[in-house]
Amino acid sequence: MDHGAPLREFMGLTFNLSNILMITVASAIVFLIAVISTRRLAMKPTGMQNFFEWVMDFVKNIINSNMAWKDGGRFHVLGITLIMYVFVSNMLGLPFAVTYNHELWWKSPTADPVVTLTLAAMVVGLSHYYGVRVKGLKEYGKDFFKPMWFMFPLKIIEEFANTLTLGLRLYGNIYAGEILLTLLAGSLATGFLGHAVAVLPTLLWMGFSVFIGAIQAFIFCMLTMVYMSHKVSHDH
Amino acid sequence: MLLDSYVLGASGGFNGGDIVFQLIMFIILLALIKKFAWGPLMGIMNQREEHIAGEIEAAEASRVEAKKLLEEQKLLLKEARTEAQTLIESAKKQGEAQREEIIVAARAEGDRLKNSAKLEIEQQKEQAVSAIREQVASLSVLVASKVIEKELSAADQEKLINEYIQEAGEKQ
Repeated sequence: MDHGAPLREFMGLTFNLSNILMITVASAIVFLIAVISTRRLAMKPTGMQNFFEWVMDFVKNIINSNMAWKDGGRFHVLGITLIMYVFVSNMLGLPFAVTYNHELWWKSPTADPVVTLTLAAMVVGLSHYYGVRVKGLKEYGKDFFKPMWFMFPLKIIEEFANTLTLGLRLYGNIYAGEILLTLLAGSLATGFLGHAVAVLPTLLWMGFSVFIGAIQAFIFCMLTMVYMSHKVSHDH
Repeated sequence: MLLDSYVLGASGGFNGGDIVFQLIMFIILLALIKKFAWGPLMGIMNQREEHIAGEIEAAEASRVEAKKLLEEQKLLLKEARTEAQTLIESAKKQGEAQREEIIVAARAEGDRLKNSAKLEIEQQKEQAVSAIREQVASLSVLVASKVIEKELSAADQEKLINEYIQEAGEKQ
């Protein structure tokens, strides 16, 4: 747990190579799932196609619970990609963590605030972009003074608060889970007694982490759509 | 030292590279999923929707057609039933008429037979009566002649004959 991160400087930017690795792995897994699911498309869906259609329907329901499909249909792909990417990322750190040269390489990419805040900022940024695009600059600007003009500062703060909470909620949940798993794994390695004591909590926490990972992916997708609907829908 | 790693951003510095990489990767992933999974799957889902709608419509149409056919068949059956009814009715009537006819004919035939038999009987009776009369006449003559033969002389006989002849002549 006191491992460092494999930081490298490149073109004036700092790269955490473990993040780079895990983002790539998570993206690759999501992409593989998507491709395998849709390799043999049929009118009568079987196996993986069923799964992917279920994911699509699930995200569709999330969107429909927040706004009309006419407004929200454009976020369908975004929602599917987000929920799958976040879920896969959350799961990646569960089975093991790999350290090399005292640097932590294998972990959940979502256990890093930089990654989650990037996603959150992207979502909030997109919501502003679509707000302007759908309602026009004037309507979009007016929304900051509703329902009262003096709410303006709060509205501005709200946008930053949204970004921070969206990103940090995910990061906090996953990072805490990994810390606890690391601690438990540490006690697993302390000999027979420590092993005996730690086995059950480790199993329990693993299962609970799977649950948390799924819930967090759902919440992330849900909140994305909530923010989007605030900016896109007309009746707010 | 241990707590350092738990503190936000304590891993040192600002990882601008991670941000850029995450953004680029996510956008690439978004594009790939849209191209390889979402598009085709949406297409096939729409296709399925259309297919189901078409099937429902076809089912509806065939249901209507079946209903129509059923009505038609019911009507035909009804027609056939009434036709059969009338056929039976007319056959019954015809049978009745035929029965009447046969009975009348039989009665007439019986009457005719009875009449002719009566006539014949009458004739036969008359014949028999006349035959008997003749017989009786000749017998009575015979008996009379036998009686007369004993008591009548030739002269008386002649006188009697003449009287008869005369009588006969007067009668004619």
